[in-house]
Amino acid sequence: MEYKDYYQILGLERGADQAEIKRAYRKLARKYHPDVSKEEEAEERFKEISEAYEVLKDPEKRAAYDQLGAGYQPGEEFRPPPGWDSGFEFHGGGYTEADPGAFSDFFESLFGRAGGFGNAYGRGFGGARRQPFHAQGENTYAKINIDLEDSYRGGTRQITLKHTVLGADGRPRIEARKLNVKIPKGITEGQQIRLAGQGEPGIGGGQPGDLYLEIHFNPHRHYSVEGKTVYLNLPLSPWEAALGASVQVPTPDGPVNLKIPPNSKDGGKLRLKGRGIPAKVPGDLYVVLNVVAPPAETEAHREAYRRFSEAFDFNPRVDMGG
Amino acid sequence: MAAMNPEETTGPILGEESELTLGELCRACGTSAEEVTALVEEGIIEPLGSGTRWRFSGVCIRRVRKVYSLRRDLGVNLAGAALAIELLDEIERLQARLARLERP
Repeated sequence: MEYKDYYQILGLERGADQAEIKRAYRKLARKYHPDVSKEEEAEERFKEISEAYEVLKDPEKRAAYDQLGAGYQPGEEFRPPPGWDSGFEFHGGGYTEADPGAFSDFFESLFGRAGGFGNAYGRGFGGARRQPFHAQGENTYAKINIDLEDSYRGGTRQITLKHTVLGADGRPRIEARKLNVKIPKGITEGQQIRLAGQGEPGIGGGQPGDLYLEIHFNPHRHYSVEGKTVYLNLPLSPWEAALGASVQVPTPDGPVNLKIPPNSKDGGKLRLKGRGIPAKVPGDLYVVLNVVAPPAETEAHREAYRRFSEAFDFNPRVDMGG
Repeated sequence: MAAMNPEETTGPILGEESELTLGELCRACGTSAEEVTALVEEGIIEPLGSGTRWRFSGVCIRRVRKVYSLRRDLGVNLAGAALAIELLDEIERLQARLARLERP
């Protein structure tokens, strides 16, 4: 197991006072909170920060950690010395603020396992839902990335679930389980699907909790999505835009032939009704026209542009008084 | 065990069109009716329609969960969490728009 330098994680000197610790934690938590942050690896960083704060904010745990750790380098192989925590008592109530299921092996070897079954009671707002013995398992929440096409056609994604289960020795341990999830047609970004009974197992014969999977789309080469509306950028030559044309365009449903009306403008939108995400009320697909002029690379090209300019009395900068 | 094919499962979409009772929303979020009431009073989630019994859209689950974790992890109060969520929604909308406009 690797030694973790909680001071380094929070960017602090070892002598930092409690106010500095709180300030450093809050600043980093705002930066890396998974609901707020767009940083890479925000979730991993946030777990680390929470764990460091869990130890350093508590004078008891901090003193024990300090006594133990001055000689270690971060990442160094670490074994807690036998009886290292004598003289300290870690009160079970100290794990209320962070999500303790996410703490590292290093944390657990020092301060015991905070997650698992004990945790199944106290979570939720305020953590005051104490119920004896027959408890429904906790609901769990996860995010999953799918392709836009999965929402059009329905698709299957494999996910790995980690559950806390009671081992034969009576100690909780983590068990991984794979699950194939069928993506329902018509789902949009940010929506959730509920997988009944796939949350944490129940206690004392209670029902298992449910798993809520939040859907996100992988970025797509052609399409962008806003809610149920899908956008496709369609490059056109100036003559196609000016004279009108019939062009084949891709849609997530398969290619369609699209009539471009004469005198279409750059940035203009053509609506394909009901070709957006096939929700109960299907969204629309907008084809956004993007008129692209070819570069003049040969004498024939340049001559064509010259004739073009002679044929038009056209000033694109008329608004600028130019 | 390892050789077994993974179980296949699916479930309902919790979107704008799905409706949850107060009890269902509480169970889905692991929270109490009092907390949900507080979120309604703060205007963070809105019940559907005007009936005497509350119904909530499925998208409320995500909002309630977000408020919960923002309060727990960042120490903001309910009003602060409400503001953060509105700003986050706005950022999400703008980013989707930006992604579309920035396409070559």
